[in-house]
Amino acid sequence: MDIEFIRENIPFYVEAAFLTARLALIGILLSAGIGFVCCIIRELRIPVLRQITAVYIELSRNTPLLVQLFFLYFGLPRIGIVLSSEACAIIGLAFLGGSYMAEAFRSGLEAVPQIQTEAGMSLGMKRMQIFFHIILPQAVATSVPVFCANVIFLIKETSVFSAVALTDLVFVAKDLIGISYRTDEALLMLVAAYLLLLLPVSVLCSFIERRVRYAEFGNTGIVSGN
Amino acid sequence: MFSVFEGGSGIREKVEGLELKQKNILQVEHLQKSYDNHLMVLKDISFSMEKGEVVVIVGPSGCGKSTFLRCINLLEPINGGQILLEGNDIRKNPKEAHVIRQKIGMVFQSYELFPHMTILENVVLAPCMVQKRNKGEVILEAEALLERVGLLEKKEAYPRQLSGGQKQRVAIVRSLIMHPELLLLDEITAALDPEMVREVLQVVLELARDGMTMLIVTHEMEFARAVADRVIFMDGGRIVEESSPEEFFGYPKSDRAKQFLNTFHYEALV
Amino acid sequence: MQNLGIQVLFQGTNFLRLLEGLWVSLRLAVVSMALSIVLGIFLGMLMNSKRKWVKAVCRIYLEIVRIMPQLVLLFLVYFGAAKHLGINLSGEVSAVLVFTFWGTAEMGDLVRSALISIPKHQYESGYALGMTEKQVFFRIIIPQTIRRLLPSMMNLLTRMIKTTSLVVLIGVVEVVKVGKQMIDASRFTTPSAAFWVYGMIFLLYFAVCFPFSRAAAVLERKLRD
Repeated sequence: MDIEFIRENIPFYVEAAFLTARLALIGILLSAGIGFVCCIIRELRIPVLRQITAVYIELSRNTPLLVQLFFLYFGLPRIGIVLSSEACAIIGLAFLGGSYMAEAFRSGLEAVPQIQTEAGMSLGMKRMQIFFHIILPQAVATSVPVFCANVIFLIKETSVFSAVALTDLVFVAKDLIGISYRTDEALLMLVAAYLLLLLPVSVLCSFIERRVRYAEFGNTGIVSGN
Repeated sequence: MFSVFEGGSGIREKVEGLELKQKNILQVEHLQKSYDNHLMVLKDISFSMEKGEVVVIVGPSGCGKSTFLRCINLLEPINGGQILLEGNDIRKNPKEAHVIRQKIGMVFQSYELFPHMTILENVVLAPCMVQKRNKGEVILEAEALLERVGLLEKKEAYPRQLSGGQKQRVAIVRSLIMHPELLLLDEITAALDPEMVREVLQVVLELARDGMTMLIVTHEMEFARAVADRVIFMDGGRIVEESSPEEFFGYPKSDRAKQFLNTFHYEALV
Repeated sequence: MQNLGIQVLFQGTNFLRLLEGLWVSLRLAVVSMALSIVLGIFLGMLMNSKRKWVKAVCRIYLEIVRIMPQLVLLFLVYFGAAKHLGINLSGEVSAVLVFTFWGTAEMGDLVRSALISIPKHQYESGYALGMTEKQVFFRIIIPQTIRRLLPSMMNLLTRMIKTTSLVVLIGVVEVVKVGKQMIDASRFTTPSAAFWVYGMIFLLYFAVCFPFSRAAAVLERKLRD
């Protein structure tokens, strides 16, 4: 194990890690936004947009990110739309992540019992008011575990960004292996980089999940049919 | 002369009928409801209530009591008949449903407090948001009401920290602070442990004493006897018997009522 | 030139070659899935073991799979094996190894939680009929577990199929590579080929994965009732 080699090349990995983190952050935020919008559209049952959203979710969940990126980066320029590597990466990640986030928020919404809506209605509240003040806060709390899982998933997905010529961690590792044949060192640093990136996130997510579970939302009343 | 007299009495009946409708806070006429699979759950219900009256509905499971309640505050659609609140058809303007619901309060069997808000926030939410009342005044009234039911010290607690009986009392306060004309109570003690049933029913008795108009569905027969001005026995989607509590519990007229009341009665084994 | 673009898909055996490439990917996913199911069942049983160190090792295994991107694992096996084990693993074999490693971990976790959720009476009624532990396990418990897990398994298979797209980065000739070759070949005749080819590959993956995810959704609804 050539320590000197490792020391020399750490800066490249660090730079790549920052790039990955930055793109992942933007992609995740956009995904959350898209997912939220999709959910609202579905809840409000807006006519045309609802079908478009459904189609989008199916397309995005059933195709790999790599193929989406290739299409964006190599395919679109052929019809005149040229996007930078970074733009492609962010759009691809957001496109993919949006549907996963939409699922997370949907499961959160479905976990709120219908009778909570009825309780709000019986107090004279309007649908909008009920949604924003009663349903949404509860749905967010339930969505947290799936949301966290999605964050980890999306950060892992960024590993394909090298395919669209971005100097991310995988690119750096592959490059080093090709140039110097120091496979072990290059791979070790690659693994270490992802560990450093993802372990804190994973721990943070577990912590958040435990806090939300402790808050223990939910009614304890037993409802008998009548 | 005969015809004039007749016409006269006809007009008088009409005027009296109108006055009657306005004196009645709630008037239900030939209400019908069925579910999609053509199961008729309410078959021709006609019923009226005066202001300040406490009516208790009893009956076997599945007879439609809860559904009836839910039709009155527009939580369920109906297939026929009319429901008049203070003389006005509540279904006239579907977009104004939330306005009608401000006048009709409902307390659910499963309390349905909002788990992400404190007790005080739960109570104060609707008056401020829906009735646009001044927040300071609402808080004062909320605290006064919570004090009356003995829960002022819990105002900053969350629902999960309260017992079932406490939650239900908060649910009642939450409905009361909206100053409803009519309060619907749907089996509010059915999900409670026996020790907690009394503290909740005590609150309802006080409300009755204060003149609150209430329509109560319950299985607690002793309580029904104590609180009701009138008892309605429903079975199979119809009103089978309607009388004063003494009459109903002492001398039930119909066989079905007798059968029903018997289920609460245990003969000691000799 | 643009309106001739889509024709590249219908030239000669192009479309067929794309399908063949897709088949390579599918093969990888299916083989890995099959191995994962078998190994995953054993892992799931192992994870409920009473010995603490066994549980600890399993937990570490699962965490590795949870944290490490599949591509990194692919690199480790593909580049690392050649150096340390002296054997030259093909991209395909590396892929099957990595996917099975991943799939076994996921299946193991699914099996573990499903086993926990099966009520004790199921075991006890088997014993009461005179069956041995092994018999009860493999003839009563496992079949029920599998049935309950079908939606999650289909979900995992769908994800595996999508992840096979990564193997193009370790040199396997699958659908994306074939697409690249087609695009290079028609660089002068059809400049807009990339749009149509990658678009078609996008739709092909959709066509393969969609039925599985639909089936998983239907199964889930059926199981819930």
